[in-house]
Amino acid sequence: MSSRIPLVPENAAPLPSLKENNGLLAWVASVDHKQIGIMYLIITLVYFLLGGLEALLIRIQLAHPGNDFLTPEMYNQLFTMHGTTMIFFVVMPFLIGVGVYLLPLMIGARDMAFPRLNALSFWLFFFGGILLYYSFFTQSGAPDVGWFAYSPLSEKPFSLNKGPTYWALGLLASGIGSVASGLNNVVTILTMRTPGMTMRRIPLFVWMIFVTSLLLIFVIPIITAAFAMMLLDSLLGATFFTPAHGGSAILWQHFFWGFGHPEVYILILPAFGIISEVIPVFSRKPIYGYEFVAASTVAIGLLSLGVWAHHMFAVGLGNVANAYFSLASMLIAIPTGVKVLNWVATMWGGRINFATPMLFGTAFIIEFVIGGLTGVAIASVPIDWVVTDSYFIVAHFHYAIFGGSVFAIFAGVYYWFPKFTGRMLSETLGKWHFWLTVIGFNMTFFVQHFLGVMGMPRRTYTYHDMPYWGSMNLLSTIGALILGLSAIVFVWNILVSLRNGKPAGDNPWNAWTLEWATTSPPAVENFELVPPVRGRRPLWDLAHPDQPDEPGAKIV
Amino acid sequence: MANNRMIVGFFIASESVFFLMLILAYVNFHNSVTDGPTAVNSLNPVVTGIFSLFLFASSFTIWLAGKSLRENNHLMLKVWILATIILGAVFIFGQGLEWSGLIEKNITISRNVFGTTFFTLTGFHGFHVCVGLIMLSLLLGLALAGDFKGPKSDAVECVSLYWHFVDGVWVVVFSVIYLWAFL
Ligand code: HEM
Ligand SMILES: [Cu+2]
Repeated sequence: MSSRIPLVPENAAPLPSLKENNGLLAWVASVDHKQIGIMYLIITLVYFLLGGLEALLIRIQLAHPGNDFLTPEMYNQLFTMHGTTMIFFVVMPFLIGVGVYLLPLMIGARDMAFPRLNALSFWLFFFGGILLYYSFFTQSGAPDVGWFAYSPLSEKPFSLNKGPTYWALGLLASGIGSVASGLNNVVTILTMRTPGMTMRRIPLFVWMIFVTSLLLIFVIPIITAAFAMMLLDSLLGATFFTPAHGGSAILWQHFFWGFGHPEVYILILPAFGIISEVIPVFSRKPIYGYEFVAASTVAIGLLSLGVWAHHMFAVGLGNVANAYFSLASMLIAIPTGVKVLNWVATMWGGRINFATPMLFGTAFIIEFVIGGLTGVAIASVPIDWVVTDSYFIVAHFHYAIFGGSVFAIFAGVYYWFPKFTGRMLSETLGKWHFWLTVIGFNMTFFVQHFLGVMGMPRRTYTYHDMPYWGSMNLLSTIGALILGLSAIVFVWNILVSLRNGKPAGDNPWNAWTLEWATTSPPAVENFELVPPVRGRRPLWDLAHPDQPDEPGAKIV
Repeated sequence: MANNRMIVGFFIASESVFFLMLILAYVNFHNSVTDGPTAVNSLNPVVTGIFSLFLFASSFTIWLAGKSLRENNHLMLKVWILATIILGAVFIFGQGLEWSGLIEKNITISRNVFGTTFFTLTGFHGFHVCVGLIMLSLLLGLALAGDFKGPKSDAVECVSLYWHFVDGVWVVVFSVIYLWAFL
């Protein structure tokens, strides 16, 4: 602290906290990472319900052939908003939010490196979402060009309405917020660790957030630049993506997927992190192969930068390009497989406690492996040519994102809710939620593999009465309704448990990482005293001084 | 604290990717204009080159500003920050001249892909220069108010890091747009 920066006021005054002031203003003005984290989680829950509602409307429209429950225009708006919402306003901000809440606690810090920047990130995300949803109230309606907004569809004159402009503006704002969180996370992890917490001892969740944050820093600007170009096209008559005026529609796809593919790893790596915390604790064993889990994350992060064109096999880039992108995509399955093996090896021979977090964690492994296998299948060019733009793709990415990220999110919510609120979620309702989710999810999406192979195209508002299509779609819609029910149980559980849940105590799961060393919910300054860190499981070492993880390790 | 310099470093890395995309767009369309304005028939590399020298010189003056602070020379700190602002402003003035000349000849962002990529790339760069000028003015104000005690200041170091970056981007942009077309 040699120099002081007068540009930024000192943090001498205590951070605003709920304890001192219960008003709404205390939240709006808050720069405390825990309050900001909670705000992310609440808002993403709202978007989760909105996005879920949109999905139900879509599924009802598709319940039988030739349905006219929705107009084609409405259908297009709904699937666009559903995809955009789920990816950018549910999964991504949830993972950022839970990261912002937990990072400082897990590394034994008082707050993020830049608390005010943290608040700015949140509010950029918040207003980005408002901007996006505001489009529903305008005359031209919501965006209707898919979550990837392919040009020239998203360009004039195909889309004379303002939907794509709202789409780009809303995502631009929240994207800048995400870069800011990425910057904040990286600096926090690198500089704010408590003594003894070396990079080889940070919890795996922190590792995953670290790599994710680097991805945020390096790949969001790709789409930010593309958004800027798209906005210049629509507002100032530039011609980047309009072939009729010399632009290139394929360029948009390169830019979009240059961001879009790493983005799916932004959605899955923190989920891997959650699973890597939950599985050891509920198996009562340290994670198997910590180094491999961490290193494979770095490998995945790097590889994800070089495979974007596997979303463009049908574009006609030529055999050489297709062969390269196919091979590179399949390579990603190796470090991913390493992780799966590590989780299974951790469970192997453990004393497994199937509480709700572990149920979701175990189901995560199974569902995600299905998504990964179909991923390897469509990374093969000829297979992709057959199933691209069909429901097979829809099935693949829902197994990856819902069966993967969202299942992990549920595991994380049940695992950390006691820490966030001081109360346990109900186990009974949790089990109901779990089984309804597993049944509803597989019922909705498994049949879509077959529908896709049988040629049912995605992004069309209705379909002909081909053999079995009607019944399979009906099954899928019923599954979606069950999923809707499961969401209600989930929200109900949260509301009930907030008031009447069992008091949690500091460490209800007997876990080992630092966040469990403080009260639930943590005090304003997080810790009264940060326990010494001599290994990867500081609370284990504290409880079992005779058999520490790293015998002989000193406080560095 | 090292925090501040570290976050500016990562921020610059992020911004570099942003500019890389704009440059890639320019390069992608470089040869695709068959009629109408192009870099060769509408730009003047000599005039822009001279204005560029002012920007390049400003990297030097901002470095001198930091050096003056380290040597506890508060007068020269203010002088060099002011010099940097003036040099940057001259560059922006030159860009304004160039743009207005082009627009008078009806070469605009919507004319063709050359116009689209040229104005986007140089426009975003100019915008970054302006942001830098605002930050430099803040520094100058703080320096005049006697806020920097030296010998080190994160504020001065972070702004100068950012300024070097803006300058470095122009080296690439100038090479890609002007030198590539005329050499
Ligand atoms: C083993 C790893 C994986 C491989 C090899 C893989 C491969 C692929 C391929 C080739 C496509 C393009 C299909 C097409 O559009 O024709 C695709 C689409 C997609 N994948 Fe994966 N994938 C993998 C893992 C993941 C993960 C982890 C996620 C998300 C968490 C994910 C999410 C998606 C999404 C969202 C799409 C569809 C994008 C769209 O067109 O809307 N994938 N995947
Ligand atoms: Cu991909």
